[in-house]
Amino acid sequence: MAINHDQLIDMVDKIPTFQESVHRILALTTSPDCSAKDLVQVIEHDPILTIKVLKLVNSAYFGLSQEVTSVNHSVVYVGINTIKNVAISVATTGALPKTNKAGLNMNRFWQHSLAVGVIAKLLADNKGVGKNEQANYFVAGLLHDIGKVLFAHFIPADYQHVLHKSETEQIPLHQAEKELLGFDHSEIGAMVAEKWQLPPDLINSIKNHHGSTEQDQNPLSLAIYAANQAAHYLELIKQASDDDNEIALNMALDIDKALPKPVKTWLGWPLSEVSKWLSSLDEEIDKALAFIDLSDGE
Amino acid sequence: MIINLRGVRGSIPVPGKDTVKYGGNTTCIEITTDEGDKIIIDGGSGIRQLGNEMMKQLPVNCSIFITHTHWDHIQGLPFFLPLFVPGNNIDIYGSFDPVYMKDLKTILAQQMEYCYFPVRESELNANIRYNNLKEGEAIKVGSAIVTPLLINHPVLNFGYKVESNNKSFFFTGDYEPPLNIYQPDDNEYDEYQRLIEQQKQILTEFIQGVDIVVADCQYTREEYLTKQGWGHGTHDSCIEMARAANIGTLYFTHHDPTRTDRELDEIYQDVMRQNDLPPTDFHIAMEGVEIKL
Repeated sequence: MAINHDQLIDMVDKIPTFQESVHRILALTTSPDCSAKDLVQVIEHDPILTIKVLKLVNSAYFGLSQEVTSVNHSVVYVGINTIKNVAISVATTGALPKTNKAGLNMNRFWQHSLAVGVIAKLLADNKGVGKNEQANYFVAGLLHDIGKVLFAHFIPADYQHVLHKSETEQIPLHQAEKELLGFDHSEIGAMVAEKWQLPPDLINSIKNHHGSTEQDQNPLSLAIYAANQAAHYLELIKQASDDDNEIALNMALDIDKALPKPVKTWLGWPLSEVSKWLSSLDEEIDKALAFIDLSDGE
Repeated sequence: MIINLRGVRGSIPVPGKDTVKYGGNTTCIEITTDEGDKIIIDGGSGIRQLGNEMMKQLPVNCSIFITHTHWDHIQGLPFFLPLFVPGNNIDIYGSFDPVYMKDLKTILAQQMEYCYFPVRESELNANIRYNNLKEGEAIKVGSAIVTPLLINHPVLNFGYKVESNNKSFFFTGDYEPPLNIYQPDDNEYDEYQRLIEQQKQILTEFIQGVDIVVADCQYTREEYLTKQGWGHGTHDSCIEMARAANIGTLYFTHHDPTRTDRELDEIYQDVMRQNDLPPTDFHIAMEGVEIKL
């Protein structure tokens, strides 16, 4: 079942290239003097992105009384700042295959990815990371598990075994991947990020979100590591309180205890404390999920 | 209809000796219909004193329309006493924020989080209903109809038209007429200009013949050269709006916080000396001024 490096590259090659525009939008919008004209050009040169932006602007969320028919029209109507933010959201969430035959629960996948994105951004904010840079934390969180989608999409039968093994043996998914496939989702995820020419820090944060934090102590990598564990921790705590499940509670406590030292130091608190100021998380995620549903269609 | 300007300042309240005449409170407009229905547009710091006066006759029934949720348009709401009193009925209207995916209640509750304010939104005891408005959705408040139109600002901003007993009033909220993002020699320039004209035409038709307009005029022509894209209008843009829509009376508002009373008077005199002004009656918006219609 193990796959070789060429197969891995082959999968990455098959991922569509429109993410070039994601990169350009991120680059443009993190610059304080982002020109409206350049932003419109990037969106317009990507037909899929254009359709998605228009679809969102014309959706009930905006509740506009006229139909918006072009990117320029949308900028005149709702303003360049709004379109900039819409483009960031749409570009970063609409990039992936939507279905898979491996049985990876896509709804849960997105819930978790969004949770990690939102938590990473909240952590960044708490650590005094500038507003401009916070977008990278959100995107890194959103994309950290992207490798799973590639596996599920391109090698569904094999990946079904991986999912099964992880579940029956109660081992982390990345461990089951490594054992059965020879690679885990963080490695292929980082390759996709590289192909999309995302910033090097962002690529590393995807590559190392299960890996060694001793080697990579970049704040973005530490934040994604911490946010991923925090999301798992919160899910287990919720499970524990919903079903009075002691195993889930112990698993949650174990996650907290097992945080690597650099992550613990960076975070400054145990997860049990961090989780207290993430009370609005569910609400934030629900709202963001609506965004993803909207940007699905083409 | 009586329109009472409760706050005419932009950005931040500026009390002090230089703002005594025109007032230092941020945006709030009180409208009372002939039947006594109470409509309030925006909850800048000017809403505080209004709330104190309204408390004299309980229960308070009113509708608050928010143009957009920048600080200077909501910062007075936590000090609007009627919100705290059981038995008062307060409807709050405004736009859903589709970029941050936040409804009005969430945004307003956030400014009352414990780290900013000692009382939480959930502790407000009045009967408060939050309503997310869609553009063009007309809301009936007693004998009045209030209709929102989306007009250009860095965040979604509603201008509101209030009509009652054949009288009409319009407030822009914060508004900068859209600018062409292309250079005249770009291919897209003409098409973009056509879209801008189309958008302006929609506003012109919406406010055609309105009796009183209160419009954002934070900057002078000279200041605007370095403040393009900041989301605010100028005397020129207000005059152009009044001319296009045959406005009877227009009040320049959202005064820049650095502007002294004297400067406001001087600038106004300069502007009024211009040739080819439309027949509109132009005024500087002044806190406490009551306009009867």
